[in-house]
Amino acid sequence: MNAHFAASSHAAHSVVAASPRGKVIAGTLVVIYALVTLVPLLWIGATAFKSPPDSISYPPKIFFQPTLEGWVNLFTVRSRQSPEFLANLPPPEHWWERLVRSHDMVIAGPSKVVPRFVNSVVVGFGSTFLAVMLGTLAAYGFSRFRVPLSDDLLFFILSTRMMPPIAVAIPIYLMYRQLGLTDTYLGMILLYTAVNVSLSVWLLKGFMDEIPREYEEAALVDGYTRLQAFRKVVLPQAVTGIAATAIFCLIFSWNEYAFALLLTSGNAQTMPPFIPFIIGEGGQDWPAVAAATTLFLMPIVVFTVVLRKHLLRGITFGAVRK
Amino acid sequence: MLMKAGNDPSAFASHLTAITPPRLSRRVRGLSDRSLAWLFIAPVMILLLAINIFPLIWAVRLSFTNFKSNLPNAPLRFVGLANYADILSDEDVWRAMQVTAHFVVWTIVLQVLLGFGLALLINQKFRGHGFWTTVILLPMMLSPAVVGNFWTFLLQPQIGLFNDIVAFFTGIDPHSFQMLGDVKLAPWSIVLVDTWMWTPYVMLICLAGLRSIPEDIYEAAEVDRASRWRQFWTITLPMVLPFLMLAVLFRGIENFKMFDMVNLLTAGGPGSITELASITLKREAFEKWRTGYSSAFAIILFVTVFGAANIYVKALNRVKQR
Repeated sequence: MNAHFAASSHAAHSVVAASPRGKVIAGTLVVIYALVTLVPLLWIGATAFKSPPDSISYPPKIFFQPTLEGWVNLFTVRSRQSPEFLANLPPPEHWWERLVRSHDMVIAGPSKVVPRFVNSVVVGFGSTFLAVMLGTLAAYGFSRFRVPLSDDLLFFILSTRMMPPIAVAIPIYLMYRQLGLTDTYLGMILLYTAVNVSLSVWLLKGFMDEIPREYEEAALVDGYTRLQAFRKVVLPQAVTGIAATAIFCLIFSWNEYAFALLLTSGNAQTMPPFIPFIIGEGGQDWPAVAAATTLFLMPIVVFTVVLRKHLLRGITFGAVRK
Repeated sequence: MLMKAGNDPSAFASHLTAITPPRLSRRVRGLSDRSLAWLFIAPVMILLLAINIFPLIWAVRLSFTNFKSNLPNAPLRFVGLANYADILSDEDVWRAMQVTAHFVVWTIVLQVLLGFGLALLINQKFRGHGFWTTVILLPMMLSPAVVGNFWTFLLQPQIGLFNDIVAFFTGIDPHSFQMLGDVKLAPWSIVLVDTWMWTPYVMLICLAGLRSIPEDIYEAAEVDRASRWRQFWTITLPMVLPFLMLAVLFRGIENFKMFDMVNLLTAGGPGSITELASITLKREAFEKWRTGYSSAFAIILFVTVFGAANIYVKALNRVKQR
């Protein structure tokens, strides 16, 4: 398919190739759409560097004096003090202390953002590792063995994805309460693994189906056992597919909100339910929220660029491949 | 050339086309292929049984009771089908279903029009189309909850950017409307944000469809002097249709389940104007703690989405075969 396109795009005289003018019009429209799409993201990025008054000024300020106040507010808890108290303090040691004191406040301690971020990383990587490991095994099983009812089993695995998360959360909430898994890493990792495993099996089965079976057969003839052939022949060839699948699982766990909202509170809470509750004096502290959002979204932007060749596969559970 | 086996959406949809591979000629010492296959597949199955099926059965059982999970020691009474009868005669539930239908239908209509349009433009292969495609794809990779949260900022009536931009282009007073607070506008706000986020999804799948069309068909049509307009209706659209229908299936299921983005954007408000089924379910289950009742509602939702998806897949296969 791709080869055909490569050939046809060279043929400038091709009857169906877009005219140069058509290309310019199409390009302009797409670029306009892309820029409009980017505006909300750029606005959040800009808000992260505004002072709180600038962030809520009317009309919205496009040009402003950049400050790191939002970031300082994100990482600290502050308390307001009287001028006399502040005058008696030793001079601030760091620039962030000076920034906070210029608003008649002192830093009372670190905020919860670092533990929440760490939770997102732990739950994300833990569930990704498990989902990919289990998914690789099952995908190999479905790809290479004659499994009775394999189509029904595969469809069953997929159908677990059709339940609304809130519907799943009701019995899980009760079950976790009984087992003491509420608000624990283990509970969240198991839950996200169960959700991700459907994606991981479907994607990896597609990748494994594409690996020619001749290699394994040759290895078996050479005296490898089935497991050795799997480890030394199939796995190395599936590395790209496994990596792409892992990133998709990681993105899901990273972005997930409903389960985290209902099943965690303090210990294992991840970033998505935490970000909306970053509050300053008198309402939401938008520069701090924007800073947290920027911090939280950056890894995903990087992953999207890394994954762009496999995106189509990932978002359709392997149904459409490029 | 037309569509590779793996590039065929119905292979996924029918879940029956996976060809069971021929058994490898050699058996492994000790374990038969069949027991090895089960060894590979069992871990995933056990996990899904524990985290998906067992809770589902539990939910079915609860749905016949008056259980309230904030009163776990209250006497448990079996009420038969009373919960189901209550739900089907509950006006709030029907209103939530209408809100959900409005949301699902309009997001699909807008995303299909915009996504297909963008795919046609990008398929003109102007210079830099790869880069701009990646830019356009960004929103769909982000956390829906975080997106919902930062759009509340953009849609604020006073300080938000959105009203200001609308005012700039139309001359309407930016204070004269509230996207999130107005009963008429709020249902469209959630459609707007979802469309911003998920149009790239439809676009990406349509693009794969467009690229699967062999160019010689157009060349033949050109020889027959078919107009561009006619080529679009007789070649492009029919050949992209299966891909488009697959995209609609995924978007339909996802938006029927929608919770995270809308919960943060409007939380169902103002009043209950944007209260989708999942948000009603969350209120019943985790605010009113009517566990039995909400379990019944959860099962009705699951059966609805599962049934609708199956009927739709049959239609998709018929389109494919034509």
